[in-house]
Amino acid sequence: MADSTLYKYVLSLGDDALVSAQRLAQWTYKAPFLEEDIALSNISLDLFGRANLYLEYAAELKGGNTTADHLAFKRNERQFTNLLICEHPNGNFADTNVRNLFLDTFHKLFLEKLVESKDKQLAAIAEKARKENSYHFRHSSSWVIRLGDGTKESNSKVQTALNNLWMFTGELFEMNKVDLEMSSQKIGVDREALKPQWKSIITDVLTEATLNIPEDVFMTSGGRDGIHTEHLGHLLSDMQYLQRAYPNAAW
Amino acid sequence: MNNNELPLWEVFIQPKTGAQFQHCGSVHAADKEMALQNARDLYTRRQEGTCIWVVKAEHIISSNPDDSESFFDPADDKVYRYPTFFKVSKKAKGL
Repeated sequence: MADSTLYKYVLSLGDDALVSAQRLAQWTYKAPFLEEDIALSNISLDLFGRANLYLEYAAELKGGNTTADHLAFKRNERQFTNLLICEHPNGNFADTNVRNLFLDTFHKLFLEKLVESKDKQLAAIAEKARKENSYHFRHSSSWVIRLGDGTKESNSKVQTALNNLWMFTGELFEMNKVDLEMSSQKIGVDREALKPQWKSIITDVLTEATLNIPEDVFMTSGGRDGIHTEHLGHLLSDMQYLQRAYPNAAW
Repeated sequence: MNNNELPLWEVFIQPKTGAQFQHCGSVHAADKEMALQNARDLYTRRQEGTCIWVVKAEHIISSNPDDSESFFDPADDKVYRYPTFFKVSKKAKGL
């Protein structure tokens, strides 16, 4: 049986959360100082929790013997449908905070809409994630402001990060067939409609941070179709190592 | 960033509404907002509190251990400062 549209939709949201969580977890024990190490690890754990909720629901929709673990650990790169920005390497501390700011701002708006989903399960997941996300936004936006309005060096690093990551932000608002169908059934969210508000929040943060909004550039995409950057494979090989080396290992 | 450059903040948590704030530890942070966030991440992960205070450690005035004799010993022989020193009148009900 072909996968249902709802399954694909939930899976893509789960993949966004899972890949973001795994990426952010790579800061653990490497953050600039102990308190920040715990903060970033905390956010990563929130995202793993969110991924678990989405993927458990996706597994239920898929049926058969599929489990959330199966979806996380036994699909290859081409089967992952996360947005490219989620897999983007952490780079320096400014790069990570800019990526988080873009994503947290998006989810702030996206989850506010998803709580109104006709699908009760998705609405419940959104309700839980919304509270966590508002804290994540607080963390990333305050860091971008602090770094932007900090020293000459921190300002230039965060501006470079903004310019480099800008090309990945277009994909946040793309509506593919799945999005269109889910949105028309009032299950999913109209991502495109979130763009003006997203840009206005980002502009406010960057203005306070004395940073410039990057000029519009070519926007890259492909994540939803499984066309990823070279970075995802490395991330998955790390994350899936155990299940690949010892299939069906359990404890 | 060098950890030594970040100021130290003392963290106080209020376990529940109306309760007294209790000192629970310290964090490093560059500013008030970061201090609050770090305190939240370190000390309220398991629902320990409903409110957080952070105070820059340098703003806390501490007594000097060398002064403890003059500060605390004079209370040694003043047992009448404990309520249990006094006999309760049998006529006083409901105490």
